Amino acid sequence: MKNLVKASIAILVVCVALIFITKSLDTNASKSGKNILTVYNWGEYIDPALLKKFEKETGIHVVYETFDSNEAMITKVEQGGTNYDIAIPSEYTIEQMKEKDLLLPVDHSKIPNLKNIEPDFLNLDFDKNNSYSIPYFWGTVGIVYNEKMLTKKLDFTSWDQLWDPSLKGKVLLVDSAREVLGMSLNSMNMSLNETDSTKLQKATDKLIDLSPNVQAVIGDEVTQLMVNGDAPVALTWSGQAADMMYDNEDLTYTVPDEGSNLWFDNMVIPKTSKNVDGAHKFINFMLDPENAAQNADYVGYSTPNKAALKLLDPEVTSDERYYPSAEVRKNLHVYKNLGKEKIGEYNELFLKFKMSLK
Amino acid sequence: MQSKRGSLTLVPYYIWIALFVIAPIILVGYYSLLDLDGHFTLENYQNFFTPVYLKMTLSSFWYAFIITVICLLISYPAAFIISRLKNKQLWLMLIIIPSWINLLLKTYAFIGIFGQSGPINAFLSTIGFEKQQILFTSVSFIFVSVYIFIPFMILPIFNSVDKLNRGLLDASRDLGASRLYTIRRVMIPLTMDGIKAGIQAVFIPALSLFMITRLIAGNHVITLGTAIEQQFLVTQNWGMGSTIAVFLIIFMFIIMVITGEQKKKKGAARNGKN
Repeated sequence: MKNLVKASIAILVVCVALIFITKSLDTNASKSGKNILTVYNWGEYIDPALLKKFEKETGIHVVYETFDSNEAMITKVEQGGTNYDIAIPSEYTIEQMKEKDLLLPVDHSKIPNLKNIEPDFLNLDFDKNNSYSIPYFWGTVGIVYNEKMLTKKLDFTSWDQLWDPSLKGKVLLVDSAREVLGMSLNSMNMSLNETDSTKLQKATDKLIDLSPNVQAVIGDEVTQLMVNGDAPVALTWSGQAADMMYDNEDLTYTVPDEGSNLWFDNMVIPKTSKNVDGAHKFINFMLDPENAAQNADYVGYSTPNKAALKLLDPEVTSDERYYPSAEVRKNLHVYKNLGKEKIGEYNELFLKFKMSLK
Repeated sequence: MQSKRGSLTLVPYYIWIALFVIAPIILVGYYSLLDLDGHFTLENYQNFFTPVYLKMTLSSFWYAFIITVICLLISYPAAFIISRLKNKQLWLMLIIIPSWINLLLKTYAFIGIFGQSGPINAFLSTIGFEKQQILFTSVSFIFVSVYIFIPFMILPIFNSVDKLNRGLLDASRDLGASRLYTIRRVMIPLTMDGIKAGIQAVFIPALSLFMITRLIAGNHVITLGTAIEQQFLVTQNWGMGSTIAVFLIIFMFIIMVITGEQKKKKGAARNGKN
């Protein structure tokens, strides 16, 4: 009994001490008063040195948090209890957030660096006039492959080559319904934003035919597997492909001719923001040519900042795999927000495809 | 006085149970009756009885069953041997220590071990075999799951085997029972409680495994846990996710009843004799 009491007291003391320490840490962080900026971003999606530079320049303390899917991000913002000042979702999620009234309008007069953005990337369908969002990075979905590991010579100018019998058990896919179903839809020259159930069923049937070729349906582990040579072919995003090619020179990235997905990640100010002014400063800071170039160099995705392009290595910016020409871009399509019901259908069909894997 | 103090100290326990056991279950039940727009519906339940989810349920059970059986086959002899060793606490410790390491970390380690450039394939190619695709197969999935769950099986079995009076086994042998007969009629019945606790501790979590299905099996194995994760995080169909969860709760309840009932009967019989 005595021991029990002693143990209980010890636990209590430790708890009180911990509370005290966290409290004092919190006050330290908020010493600068309201000058805290909470940034909510994808993992590995910013050069940390830039955050330091921003803090130095503005005196605003940055709290940096990460998410791993648009859906997780939106759920967290929606449920409240958070005070994110900046979030960086993809385009169809911005549509959704606008619908749900989760965003604050962006004041363009506070962002003079907006002039650096390539006009092609402004005023897009998901956010006319960029009232709520400012472009951060963009990219494509395509195929990364290891030429040395292919038994048959394939160049993946067509999605259909993924179905080639020589690729039995060799293809990696991302665990995401829209990318995988979209790839199947594209291979049949249908739209990425197809909502017709019979066409979606057709795309699923075609995917089920692909299942003998599928080695795995996984997440970010794709990078390591491709670098190590565990698989010769993977469906992936352009920036991720850039990471892989940096580590393994045998890899090549290509976007098949039938077309593919073009995506944008954009900076937005969630309604929960407590430092709207700081958020504008942050957006303007990230659009500065030098900063944008440094960030693009670090992250590996394509920057929409035309002033920054001039500062980047020409070998990268002239590479059509990362910066496809306007002509190629015509074949690329942006995801539309299809509504919860259709997204549910996409995911049910995707589940059906995954169940067909042996 | 005694009983009054007893009921007073139970208050925190009741609050805990109400807040963290009963309330969540009620919430899950409530959400399972909502459709995407928040209207009441039984559609989710109808949906569950479609081939996709029924097949998924069957395969979840099948894999959980295999994992449990293999765990049991390895753990029972292991627990018995450990209980007869000199430094049994040390050996037990060695089995428990790996469970202190984060699950995700262990899983990632297996990706490296099973990979094409991993040690297993390196070994295979040095002894002249072709490299094998080990990762992303159901075999690797079962292997890793068994590895993760084994401590949870060994511990309860060890406890009951350790308490077993060795004299009983000697007596059985002295009276002419064969070794196998002794194990079957004396040892296993007397350690049944440990076996049941072990089965519960492995089968129930194995039924709702997710993460490993993606990282190790590359989605070649789909369990109910995977579907719940997807419904909540990707589709944002909390209704359907909750419906699957309701069925998981029902299945687990049934398993608890099956593996727990006999114990009660036995207890009652023992009380009767006393």
